[in-house]
Amino acid sequence: MDLTIAILQGLIIAATPLVFAAIGELVAERAGVLNLGVEGMMVIGAIAGFAVTFETGSLLLGVGSAVLCGMGLAAIFGLLTQVLRSSQVPTGLALTIFGLGLAALWGQGYAGHSIAGLQPLHIPVLSELPVVGPVLFSHDPLVYVSVALVLATAVFLRWTRGGLVLRAVGENHDAAHAIGFPVVAVRFAALLFGGACAGLGGAYLSVVQTPFWAENMTAGRGWIALAIVVFASWKPSRALLGAYLFGGVTYLQLHAQGLGVPIDAQYLAMLPYLTTIVVLVLISRDTAKRSLRAPACLGKPFFAST
Amino acid sequence: MIRLEARPNPSRAMVYGSPVIALALTLLAGLGLFGFMGRDPLEAMAIIFIEPLTTVFSVSELLVKATPLILIGLGLSVGFRAGIYNIGAEGQYAVGALAGGCVALAFYNVQGIWLLPLAAVAGITGGMAWAAIPAFLRTRFGANEILVSLMLTYVAVLWLSALVHGPLRDPDGFNFPESRLFHDSATLPILIEGTRTHIGFAVALGLVMLVWLMLGRHIAGFKVQVFGLAPRAARFAGFSERRMIWFCLLFSGAFAGLAGMFEATGPVGQLVPSLAVGYGFTGIIVAFLGRLSPVGVVLAGLVMALTYVGGEAAQIRLSLPSAVTGVFQGLLLFFLLGVDVLVTYRVVRIRRG
Repeated sequence: MDLTIAILQGLIIAATPLVFAAIGELVAERAGVLNLGVEGMMVIGAIAGFAVTFETGSLLLGVGSAVLCGMGLAAIFGLLTQVLRSSQVPTGLALTIFGLGLAALWGQGYAGHSIAGLQPLHIPVLSELPVVGPVLFSHDPLVYVSVALVLATAVFLRWTRGGLVLRAVGENHDAAHAIGFPVVAVRFAALLFGGACAGLGGAYLSVVQTPFWAENMTAGRGWIALAIVVFASWKPSRALLGAYLFGGVTYLQLHAQGLGVPIDAQYLAMLPYLTTIVVLVLISRDTAKRSLRAPACLGKPFFAST
Repeated sequence: MIRLEARPNPSRAMVYGSPVIALALTLLAGLGLFGFMGRDPLEAMAIIFIEPLTTVFSVSELLVKATPLILIGLGLSVGFRAGIYNIGAEGQYAVGALAGGCVALAFYNVQGIWLLPLAAVAGITGGMAWAAIPAFLRTRFGANEILVSLMLTYVAVLWLSALVHGPLRDPDGFNFPESRLFHDSATLPILIEGTRTHIGFAVALGLVMLVWLMLGRHIAGFKVQVFGLAPRAARFAGFSERRMIWFCLLFSGAFAGLAGMFEATGPVGQLVPSLAVGYGFTGIIVAFLGRLSPVGVVLAGLVMALTYVGGEAAQIRLSLPSAVTGVFQGLLLFFLLGVDVLVTYRVVRIRRG
């Protein structure tokens, strides 16, 4: 029983960075922009969160700067793809390469240090419930922020005028432009939201989950977040589910050796990546349905003719 | 007030001018970056970008680093022309190194001039096999080749590490995670005495010629061009998209695999986890910086090799992390993509009136 509780707790913590990154990318993709730079924005968030927390002692400042740095990188992507009309795939790759390099440069002096991470909340009554208490009600605040963010995004996309405009821009940018929606501005805003979320996800890794800084500590989580968006068929609630699924696999990979599974660490470490491939194949198999679900203008450039 | 106006025809001057402008902007940004970090910007930039060109040894190292970059960039450029993004060249490179290295290790007691060609075939096959996975999953199930090839990169690098920690570990190596050193007939011949520049560089240049001929003179090259420029026209012409995906992925996989085998049997001379240093990702930049053209790829490969050699110098002389290479590579690609807007658009001044 205690082991089950520990696994469920660990799963939620392992999944939270993926929840943040995936929901941010989901919004950007619903607006029709494919940003392959999630990994770069996450790793910048990780170092910004750690470095600022380390220097100032304030977790709030650390997390805040992670969000700002993620948005900064997203703004570069937005400037290039939306204003200077560069192709989205190579621009996203450049963002990842740049982010990984810049984070390593910035983090040069921070490896080996540690900070007092974000502490779990203690909610009266709820935290003391058996099983449910430790599993659901004894986490750090950011776990609840991530779930709230998913719910808010779902409501925004489904029920608000802003969400409708965003989806219209992603489904048919020419029609949206003809109606008079500001396509470029909407996409820029969606990208900034994506950057903020990825930065937050990265900060969660370095400020809560570990809490220390290591080069390339995101280890492909940004790419897995991209796969989660496909898995989720661009629906927020399913992105949450997907993130928890991958969180479970990541947790399993990290702790299987401790539980006495006699497999080399490297083979266990392949698990999240192999799972991603298997899931992508299962999701993509039904090509007819897939094309119905993906935003119709995803990844396509938009040039207003006037 | 300024705005962008579409040019009637793409500007040829800008096609060739924009990489040069992008390079200049990258150097300027580098000066700013080092200034911001509190270093002497001119000294740092000189160490990274100028000093590697001043000694024979560092120029030879430039050719060593350029070899895998040119090969990978060359393979990728063909796929990118057709709009098929193989992002997993790093994984195909690692598997190519592994396959080539396994041949060298399997014939550890045998000498022969056939050994290197055999290892090269194994490396090419390994790279193609690894690239065949995303090709199959894309054509059979519609799984996104970008994500699958990227995930396979992580798997390949872990696999290389697992094998070098386990079955391929040097029995006399004091448990270090590295294979035996390959013997002489499984090591690439050196081109310039006293350096590490190996025959692979010459092979890469030869392949550049072949690809140039293929793109300009062969039907396969023509199909690639049509797919990239006018996918609808390609379909009307009856070109199979499925076969194009297979062709592009296997083609780039073969080049990445060969690059991996050259690296293992060339400058490294054994299998180690650190073989995978990101050439596969830099190869993507090389392809774009080289305008997806074979000759451009050679120049771009040399420029990107400079960021590696200079990055190493910065590591030693300025105790900067090697990641400074990644920063410059990312900046260069940013500027290139940004400046490229001027190929198809021009900036016009409009007067409000």
